[in-house]
Amino acid sequence: MAAAAPAMELPAPRESVALKIVRAVARGPLHLVLIAIGGLWLVPTIGLFITSILPASALASKGWWQVFSHPSVATWSNYDALFHNAGLIQALKTTAYIAVGNTLVVVILGAMAGYAFAWLDFPGRDWIFVGVIGLLVVPLQMALIPMFKLYDATHLFDTWEGIALFHVAFGLPFAIFLLRNFFVGLPKDILESARIDGASEIVIFLRLILPLGLPAIASLAIFQFLWTWNDLLVALTFGQNTTPITVWIAGQLREFGTSIDIIAPASFISLVVPLCVFFAFQRYFVQGLLAGSVK
Amino acid sequence: MTAGGITAEPPVAAAPPPSGEPGRLGRYLTSAIFLAPALFMLGVWMVYPAVYTIIRSFFGETGFLGHWVGIDNYKTLFTTSTLTTAIKNNAIWVAVVPAFVTALGLIFAVLTERVRWAVAFKTVVFLPMAISAFATGVTWRIMDQQDPGLGAINALGKTISGVFSPAGVLSTASPSTSVLQSSGGALVLKTPTHPGGIALLGLTGIAPDQVPKSSAQAVTPPPKPGDIEGVVWRDFKPGGGKVGVVEKGELGLPGVTVELRNAAGKTVKTTKSKPDGSFDFSNVPAGTYHAAIGAQTFAKPFGGFAWLGPSLIVPSLLIAYIWIWAGFAMVVIGAGLASMPRDVLEAARTDGATEWQTFRRVTVPLLAPVLSVVFITMIINVLKVFDIVFALAPESEYARANVIALAMYLTAFQGGENFGVGSAIAVFLFLLVIPVLALNIRRFRRES
Repeated sequence: MAAAAPAMELPAPRESVALKIVRAVARGPLHLVLIAIGGLWLVPTIGLFITSILPASALASKGWWQVFSHPSVATWSNYDALFHNAGLIQALKTTAYIAVGNTLVVVILGAMAGYAFAWLDFPGRDWIFVGVIGLLVVPLQMALIPMFKLYDATHLFDTWEGIALFHVAFGLPFAIFLLRNFFVGLPKDILESARIDGASEIVIFLRLILPLGLPAIASLAIFQFLWTWNDLLVALTFGQNTTPITVWIAGQLREFGTSIDIIAPASFISLVVPLCVFFAFQRYFVQGLLAGSVK
Repeated sequence: MTAGGITAEPPVAAAPPPSGEPGRLGRYLTSAIFLAPALFMLGVWMVYPAVYTIIRSFFGETGFLGHWVGIDNYKTLFTTSTLTTAIKNNAIWVAVVPAFVTALGLIFAVLTERVRWAVAFKTVVFLPMAISAFATGVTWRIMDQQDPGLGAINALGKTISGVFSPAGVLSTASPSTSVLQSSGGALVLKTPTHPGGIALLGLTGIAPDQVPKSSAQAVTPPPKPGDIEGVVWRDFKPGGGKVGVVEKGELGLPGVTVELRNAAGKTVKTTKSKPDGSFDFSNVPAGTYHAAIGAQTFAKPFGGFAWLGPSLIVPSLLIAYIWIWAGFAMVVIGAGLASMPRDVLEAARTDGATEWQTFRRVTVPLLAPVLSVVFITMIINVLKVFDIVFALAPESEYARANVIALAMYLTAFQGGENFGVGSAIAVFLFLLVIPVLALNIRRFRRES
């Protein structure tokens, strides 16, 4: 769409160099303002990173920005210590299990249900779908107490599976909503002709819907992955010894001043993975954001 | 549940389908297979708990149900101070954050529309969206430290305040003898001085690196008739030295404002000390005087705001949260801006509208649907806010920083163990988002 617009315009008259310079100078303040704003958004994260590479002794007396005048104090020893910390390694593994596991299940179940709501015919279809939309905004606080009791009774408490399943359930309304809306928009004649050729619904789902729906599925997967990698509340409630990295760091927060050489690098480690995912799949992430702006 | 009902249907469709296409039961069965897993998850993890929580909110603290207490839990919710603080704070969040986030998003989207490096800018501002609110809380906790030597925000504040109200040359100094007494920030020599006399103003508690660089060996000036003279000096040398006596190795303190006060305590003359610490008030009329060191000498440097302290914790949380979500608003509004009909804007400009008029009368009205989506999304997010409060507010400030979601967690789980009131808080939160739920459903029904 965006590409089509310039093609419609008439060729612009060529600008003289002087005119270009005048315009650049006139817009100088705008660029300065934008650079300042960008700095405001970048500095805190840079500050976290620099804090994470400073030894505790330096952090007790110096702000992180003073590393620029004393670069020699910077050290990787905080990270070195963390990667020998069994608790952190375990927390990272748990985070990965929860985030990857629940994302896979959400994508599969969400795609199946989305397909049913988009292309299968059964009584009460629209009513059930309205119900799913209704579940979109239900706060997860509504489920914490009952599931805490149920997990206790079924030994799902303090397991990564229990935490992941909770994320699956609360990710499903958005997944179904997003994928159903995408699947509805797929060309009808392809599906119809496949049905006439005698393909079963399962074959149609696997061979047509999933490949065609890949952009939406990718958006969903990235969303769900980031959302659950970054989760704190669910893991805090249903984990005790089996906890992801956010909860592991939260356990150190009480001693903020003295544990900062652990908290800062661990926080930075926790955000490296989401950051990589974000940069690798930025386009899909933004698409998902636009598709389901109300969650 | 629906799926279960369908599969349990009697085998009516066992009869051969009329026209070779799969029978109705077969179609329903297929639908059921596709839907059952998702509906099972939603039923067990969302519908059942929601119903249970609503019922549970009318029962006592412990047990599967406990005893019936009626609406007592809701009464507790609206009368306990930590919980009403949570509701009040959440009201502040709703009043401030959606408006700020939407406005910032709109401003950023419009400003970057015709800038060549817009992608870089947008990526930077959008970045916090990918990071956990928890890690952001830790990040801002580092930024918000009170000591200007540690917290970047207060360091900036110190730099700025240093320009307008500089710290005194001797902000940590204290008198070396008891005759020099503090009064209204200044130090006054209690021993009266007369013309021709000498005033000795000894100070201690000055670190070597705080002694002004121009400082020289302290010298007691010879008395001069009609003048009041004296010396301001660091009454300390390695090894200690004798208190109240100017000795070799003790440094004069230059640049110190010395005041001469009359018997009524009024300042009649001021001067500054020389490198050797000496000062001289010449031609002083006869009478009784007191020498004093001006208050500005001891002005404390900017000590930093307690961003995470009782009075600023809520604003600090709001700032960090707006910092996270401004990128979201910018991207959604930017997409709306990109899909706006160009010809309408061009027409407005051709008709002679200024940039501001075009923005105000054309862009904003056309963007209204997008702006309202961002606004409503932010209301929901803010009502459910938890992570950033948990991470950024020190535990000692939880009571003041409290929000509904945090109150629910603290009441039901961490230490509280009160499932009755916890359920009531959850239901209250649910009731707050119901209008949005209704809005979503109405929008869907209109679309289909």
